[in-house]
Amino acid sequence: MNLRLYILQRATAALLAPLVLMHLSVILYASGHDLSAAAILGRTRGSVLWGGFYGLFVVAAATHAAIGLRVIAAEWTGLGRRGLEALMWAAFVLLAGLGLLAVAAVVLA
Amino acid sequence: MNAKSNSERRLPNSAGHRRDALWLAALVHRLSGLALAGFLPLHFLALALALKSEAALDGFLRWTANPAVKVAEMGLVFLLTVHLAGGIRLLVLENTPWFGQQQRLAAGALILAGIAAVAFLVRAA
Repeated sequence: MNLRLYILQRATAALLAPLVLMHLSVILYASGHDLSAAAILGRTRGSVLWGGFYGLFVVAAATHAAIGLRVIAAEWTGLGRRGLEALMWAAFVLLAGLGLLAVAAVVLA
Repeated sequence: MNAKSNSERRLPNSAGHRRDALWLAALVHRLSGLALAGFLPLHFLALALALKSEAALDGFLRWTANPAVKVAEMGLVFLLTVHLAGGIRLLVLENTPWFGQQQRLAAGALILAGIAAVAFLVRAA
């Protein structure tokens, strides 16, 4: 892992810490309220706050996870530099793409 | 002849380090991150059901009321919390002057994750 990826990995970790804490709070709140789809979407649809929060969360998590997977693959598999780069970008595109689709589904739909 | 084994002397290439609490903490951090990265696409696809229809998302939410799914979700809360707490410990370790108590902090991360997981199950039950 080069210095740029190291800094990006740590910066996204620092950004994710409060976001995950907030997400865990949402999970614990929702787990006690047996929310229906209508109740969830009623809160999230058209909400700039939830859209911004989870949009940022998805991009930070996709970046953090993609670099983390690259590090693990570098240590535990025989992948070369090109293979590692391909794995990292594939993971980022998959996670960011599906994540932003999910955010759009609950905020814009 | 020295009767001590490699692991006792902690020589390079020995397996002794694998009994070290902080090595185990690093392994837990890595495996929890790997598991979360594997789970995320499924989580996103489930939420994207809302694009299809509200009823489709409701059907998924009814499925999650299954006790076995609740237990699996408890595992996910544990993984997320242990990765968060372990990650904060690493950020503090790398960005502040060295201090002891690292093994206690790693154990604290595990305990915190256990508490969060149990709290989730109690509320969801």
